[in-house]
Amino acid sequence: MSDAGCRAEGAKGEWEPVVGRAVSHESADGHVTGRARYVDDLWPSLPRLAHAWPVTAPHARARVVSIDASAAQNAAGVSCVLTAADVTGENDTGPARHDEPLFPSEVSYHGQPVAWVIADSEDEARRASSLVRATFEPLPPVLSIEHAIREQSFLTDVERMRRGKPEEAMLAAPNRLEGELFIGGQEHFYLETQAALAWVDESEALFVQSSTQHPTETQEIVARVLGVPKNEVVVQCLRMGGAFGGKETQANAWAAVAALAAKKLSRPVRVRLTRAQDMAMTGKRHPFLGRFRVGFSNEGVLSALKLELYCDGGWSLDLSAPILARAMFHADNCYLLGNVEILGRACRTNHVSHTAFRGFGGPQGMVVVEEILDRVARRLGVPAHTVRERNFYRPGDETHYGQEVKDAERIARIWGELKESSRFVQRRSEIAAFNAASPHTKRALAMTPVKFGISFTTAFYNQAGALVLIYKDGSVQVNHGGTEMGQGLHTKVQQIAAEALGLPLSAVRIMPTRTDKVPNTSATAASSGSDLNGAAVRVACETLRGRLAAVAAETFGTQPEALTFRNGRIYRGDTGASMAFGDAVTQAYLERVSLFATGHYATPNLHFDKQKGTGKPFHYFAFGAAATEVEVDAWTGQYRFLRVDILHDVGDSMSPLVDRGQVEGGFIQGLGWLTTEELVWSAKGALQTAGASTYKLPTLGECPDDFRVELLKRAGEPGVVHGSKAVGEPPLMLAISAREALREAVAAFGSGGVTELACPSTPEAVFWAIERARTTRGD
Amino acid sequence: MTLRFVLNGAPVTVGPDRPGAGLDPHVTLLQWLRASGKTGSKEGCAEGECGACAVAFVGADAEGRARFEPVNSCLVPLWTVNGRNVVTVEGIAGPGGELHPVQEAMVQRGGSQCGYCTPGFVVSLFCEYYRPGRAGYDPESISGNLCRCTGYRPIADVARALPYPPADDPWLATLGEPPLPPAAVDSYDSPGPARFERPLTLTRAFECLAECPGAVLMAGGTDLMVYANQRYERWPMLIALDGIAELGRYEETPGEIVIGAGVALSQIEERLAAKHHGELASLEALLPLFSSRLIRNRATLGGGLATASPIGDSAPVLLVLDASVTIASAAGSRRVALSEFFLDYRKTVLGSGDVIVSVHLPRPTPRWQRFYKVSKRVMDDISTVAGAFALDRDSDGKVERLRVAYGGIAATPLRARAVERMAVGRPWTGETIALLARVLEGVGTPMSDHRGSGAYRRAVAGKLLERFFFETSEGPRAAEVRP
Repeated sequence: MSDAGCRAEGAKGEWEPVVGRAVSHESADGHVTGRARYVDDLWPSLPRLAHAWPVTAPHARARVVSIDASAAQNAAGVSCVLTAADVTGENDTGPARHDEPLFPSEVSYHGQPVAWVIADSEDEARRASSLVRATFEPLPPVLSIEHAIREQSFLTDVERMRRGKPEEAMLAAPNRLEGELFIGGQEHFYLETQAALAWVDESEALFVQSSTQHPTETQEIVARVLGVPKNEVVVQCLRMGGAFGGKETQANAWAAVAALAAKKLSRPVRVRLTRAQDMAMTGKRHPFLGRFRVGFSNEGVLSALKLELYCDGGWSLDLSAPILARAMFHADNCYLLGNVEILGRACRTNHVSHTAFRGFGGPQGMVVVEEILDRVARRLGVPAHTVRERNFYRPGDETHYGQEVKDAERIARIWGELKESSRFVQRRSEIAAFNAASPHTKRALAMTPVKFGISFTTAFYNQAGALVLIYKDGSVQVNHGGTEMGQGLHTKVQQIAAEALGLPLSAVRIMPTRTDKVPNTSATAASSGSDLNGAAVRVACETLRGRLAAVAAETFGTQPEALTFRNGRIYRGDTGASMAFGDAVTQAYLERVSLFATGHYATPNLHFDKQKGTGKPFHYFAFGAAATEVEVDAWTGQYRFLRVDILHDVGDSMSPLVDRGQVEGGFIQGLGWLTTEELVWSAKGALQTAGASTYKLPTLGECPDDFRVELLKRAGEPGVVHGSKAVGEPPLMLAISAREALREAVAAFGSGGVTELACPSTPEAVFWAIERARTTRGD
Repeated sequence: MTLRFVLNGAPVTVGPDRPGAGLDPHVTLLQWLRASGKTGSKEGCAEGECGACAVAFVGADAEGRARFEPVNSCLVPLWTVNGRNVVTVEGIAGPGGELHPVQEAMVQRGGSQCGYCTPGFVVSLFCEYYRPGRAGYDPESISGNLCRCTGYRPIADVARALPYPPADDPWLATLGEPPLPPAAVDSYDSPGPARFERPLTLTRAFECLAECPGAVLMAGGTDLMVYANQRYERWPMLIALDGIAELGRYEETPGEIVIGAGVALSQIEERLAAKHHGELASLEALLPLFSSRLIRNRATLGGGLATASPIGDSAPVLLVLDASVTIASAAGSRRVALSEFFLDYRKTVLGSGDVIVSVHLPRPTPRWQRFYKVSKRVMDDISTVAGAFALDRDSDGKVERLRVAYGGIAATPLRARAVERMAVGRPWTGETIALLARVLEGVGTPMSDHRGSGAYRRAVAGKLLERFFFETSEGPRAAEVRP
């Protein structure tokens, strides 16, 4: 167990370990100079490049009657119009189920591409796309969760998790309430839209540059659509300009279009969605509907919960099943639910296929349970934070799916430390005084906790591979299966490799992620990128270090265990004698010792019985808590976040600058989801908010001026690489404190009782909630 | 005709005979930069909302001194850079690749994660670093750039801790020279499917309009180019007005303040900040809320009025200030009260040969003024409802004159005349406001859309009137003239 401070102290004056150091992003210099390349930066230098533009359907659901591309074919600059007839393999890109035709005979969402024009310039392709005559026979669409339930339009069977006897406990409970909550979706709005660039390489195989979180799956889908073995397709991802889950499965179709056209035309083909296309064609965070009945004591302790969760999966299955499962796994957040039954089902609608998004269903499950606890608190007239505390897991407790809550004591510890450091109690009384004197503006401070399970809930994804190469001059290339989307994975991996080999960071080069270096990789997702890939890289580096140690030990006439690797040298512990890392490498080469190694890591002891709804799906939990203060204006419902305090558990931070960035960025992204980011579809199923001018993610103006973030100390996680914890997703859910603060402020305009607040809580939603609070007493 | 400009210190020429460099007037600077391999500038939205495409123009402040102005290159037609000096993210580091102080600070503080928005932030910070008269942290300097990864805190920290340039900073030499004057673009000799003109006089603009019936006028282009990018609208001729000196004047006389229709909003802001003390408080309140600085460096009052957006924020403010506009055509010029200017949805009194020359604000301006913007976001958003209010009271405290105008509750920006009339001569009291609120209920035809419901717009329009009363009636807050 150690934190960054301890590590530095342990090696005083000599060698500051690379792991645990607050280093800048591995590509930061490239970012700030514009030199860092992304997929769509690569085409200007390609000769004979062709550009693609989609022909899209103006219906949410329709039969494709005909596609007449003759006028477009003859237009200036047009190479071809791709249709289903051009597919040499299978006309399908579905990642989970084969239910996503690339060129559909039935349109399943508004704006779905039915053909692609390929031309010498983007302009020509765009112009010619309007010349393609496609005719449709409209069919009645399903455009909401409620509608899907009525029509029994589902993508999955009912999933169930159950503990105890919720029906009996409900009857026995002294208090009961029921309700429902609709939770809106969220556009990823990665700044870099979906992009792929494909060409036939020197060996007549397909090479695809793709902005994908999952190169292996992109390779698989491209191979499927082309009808070739996977070894004839290489996919590379240099880096992504953001992904957040939106490029876990949904990069595949564009890569397939580019590959298909590149193969057909024998020229490089570029597919890059405009922002409007990207927003209209790709899936988002799932909207959810939660219906709940809850029984509770006079103190607000839950004894019974019956919860139904429905998600809008959109037109195809995609990842809806594991996303729904994660929502069900996280409907407890930090609370012992007592007797509980949770049912979940994914609805099939004529929306885009909703997909992975930071938190992967977990946030929706947690918003529901926080909603329930707030309603319980207001029904009883007890402060919500008190009701939360009374329901916390305690050491030894098990979740509703039968996994022991490892490190459960951290919930109360973090809560207590944050309450103290944020002056929660004092500030709440200051706020009460402010509110008493302020009729039109109210403030509120609310605090919520986070517990998030780490691992893919599909056990076999929890593996990773690495390939590490040492060259004769001692410089190192690291290949691993993870992709860089801004989360700092490459930074952490570089630190892990440098630490393992005792090298400065500059000696370790992280290579672009390619399917011909490490095969059969999992998506970089589930916050597990550095846990899995970092561990695999460390395994490979330790293998190499062992080989070099053997060579060096022979030179020094000592045992390999007596050597230390640091500062680019290998030291013999007792004498202070040393040799340069590069000299040891040369020596090893001359002795015909292999200087490359693979590493593989698989997370141990994961299992889950889907039939029983029990098991140990998670390797461990990440914890945190946030206290958010808001000021709400009753004239308009507009609000400002004044101060946010966060205490978050990242284990022993491998890279504090990266981790803090994940915590802050995750919080603000969650804040956007719960406040200003509103997806609006028209009655015909067209997305009305398909652009930056209509869909409002947070700007600087939405951020609290006073933003205090601390990482939990003494938090090492023994089962994970360097004692660290996953950090990508968990902080997003800290933003639930902002929603609860808004609700508290709304309630301050009224006279008590249950206070409903729509989600997202746009200024309009807050406005109406205030109007309701002022005129009625809810209960 | 060949296009000439300075890019990152080196002269660039773009001509019709250069392969890949089209002369289509709809091509934006961003598209050209990226196709030419300068891919540091990114396209995040193609509608001026995200700032990932930000580049710096060497422009002039109100006094004519050179300065760096960040603009969204996705909304700038390539042709409008003719004669300009442009700096992109690729040009900011030193000749040996040494990072500029704003780049170094972004690296050190963790200001980039995925890096896609970073070039835009670097350009915005670079411009702020050299902004004359900069005193301390100005959130406006980066509020037009969207970041989806960091949550802004580290980038705001960079802006908070910006040092001042040392005297030997090489960029100060660039700023020491007078900015290049706008160069004309005359596309007579480059026949093509569409033409681009940048006349330097109104007379020449009228000639262009007469030559091409479908020609469109472009002031800053911050609205027009969105249509080109998003809807692929194409015009036979684009006439850029940003080189016409007559549209750039700013004058104050005892009777009125005259703002040229082509003066960039950021310049108006500077003028107001330098000279006024609440005389145009509602306009001052509006400008930072209108849009990001990246937009305000290009957008103009004339352009905003001519597009006649029903939710354009400037119209309600100008309406309550009793503005009028001078409209010129080849036949002569005329003055039209702004309250008579808007006819219907996106329709105005402007004829096909008309150009708005200036906006006139009569003096003295109203004693009490407010502008309120209701939107999902505080910064960089389009209004759900915008409300402007202006009030003068007589010596007895009775209402002498009330002006009430809204955006977002009708097909055009709207003055609530019935409310204004009802108020005259009444005491400024809660009873009067209750009466006015009832009258207001019959004003406008608010619609439901993705920004908000009709019911919300209706309700908030009334609340804003109440809020104006709350902030201007007797009591502790009455003394505040400025919002």
